[in-house]
Amino acid sequence: MFLVPDILIRFYHRMASPPHFYAFTQQIMPWLVVIFVLLTGAGLYGGLYLAPADYQQGDSYRIIYIHVPSAWMSLFIYMVMAITGAIGLIWRIKLAEVISISSAPIGASFTFIALVTGSLWGKPMWGTWWVWDARLTSELILLFLYLGVIGLYGAIDDKKIASKSVAILALVGVVNIPIIHYSVEWWNTLHQGPTVTKMDKPSIHVSMLIPLLLMALSFKFYYVIALIQRARVELLKRERNSQWVKTMLSEQQQ
Amino acid sequence: MKPARKQRLILISLMVIGVSIATGFALKSFNDNLMYFFSTSDVVAGKAPKDNLFRLGGMVIKGSVERPNDGLMVRFKLTDFSKEVTVEYTGILPDLFREGQGIVANGKLNAQGVFIAEEVLAKHDENYMPPEVKQSLKNQSEKGKGQ
Repeated sequence: MFLVPDILIRFYHRMASPPHFYAFTQQIMPWLVVIFVLLTGAGLYGGLYLAPADYQQGDSYRIIYIHVPSAWMSLFIYMVMAITGAIGLIWRIKLAEVISISSAPIGASFTFIALVTGSLWGKPMWGTWWVWDARLTSELILLFLYLGVIGLYGAIDDKKIASKSVAILALVGVVNIPIIHYSVEWWNTLHQGPTVTKMDKPSIHVSMLIPLLLMALSFKFYYVIALIQRARVELLKRERNSQWVKTMLSEQQQ
Repeated sequence: MKPARKQRLILISLMVIGVSIATGFALKSFNDNLMYFFSTSDVVAGKAPKDNLFRLGGMVIKGSVERPNDGLMVRFKLTDFSKEVTVEYTGILPDLFREGQGIVANGKLNAQGVFIAEEVLAKHDENYMPPEVKQSLKNQSEKGKGQ
């Protein structure tokens, strides 16, 4: 605790309080949207127009500008969901529970997009829509984990208990994340090995890599935007009887 | 940290570690089933099933692709850079099928040790580059061989 600057700790405590989170996210939202639109525009223009065609796949490879960032996000969001779930379990911070459950539908969507775009690419390139190899199967299990989290949360009426159960389910599922990432190295798979995250230099040409990284960043911003919107609604639902919500509503009605 | 929180933190860490170890053992015992295909060395060593369908993966050897009859039947050799297996396939090959490319074929071995494929899938590699770069890489490696 001595190493963390005082201002950061104060920021953390303020953000953990629902009224501050609600007000702060309202202020930063327009900026997030502007950055997201700029990044997506630049990424898509670079990826679909500026980047050259691949020496083997021609233009078909351009689906990586959606497929790869979605697949990365599906893993990233799961980790956010599990870690905030654990924080909610251990420290009983309400906002962490809200962030955790609000992440689930967004993560499920990204997983679904990664599976569908991969399948569309697989048909012409591999010659099949789907194979039960380790990478594809573990990614499908990830989708089921997300759906399980959403379903479990919806099935329990008491949202305090629901948050705890969901956090435990999410934490058990964490074991799947390294399996997905390393599946292409541990086992023979039809899916190709890692391109960008290799330890030595990435095996993708720099003119194709830059739009890919832009798209990856833009998806991160999309996630933050969607997460904030979901978390705000979830917060209002949970805190509907608290003083700050009532004050805010009466102020708006005047 | 308060004792109650510390206890919960330890409990949750133990749970995650426990699940990881259990999954690790499960995956280790199912390791062979998780392999999507057999390599050509496995087949030559007799590890592949004799009468059942299985998948065979490897690199198509350059210059080995031939069409013995005028039909759709293709014959080629697969390698994992140690042992070779001959494959016969009748049907339409995927876009990425070419010599020097990795593929996965589903089928059976016949009595002569030739793999009769019912399905051929191309395994794409992880390299992405524009055609000009590929060409210059090729030129460089040819220059390197000449020296």
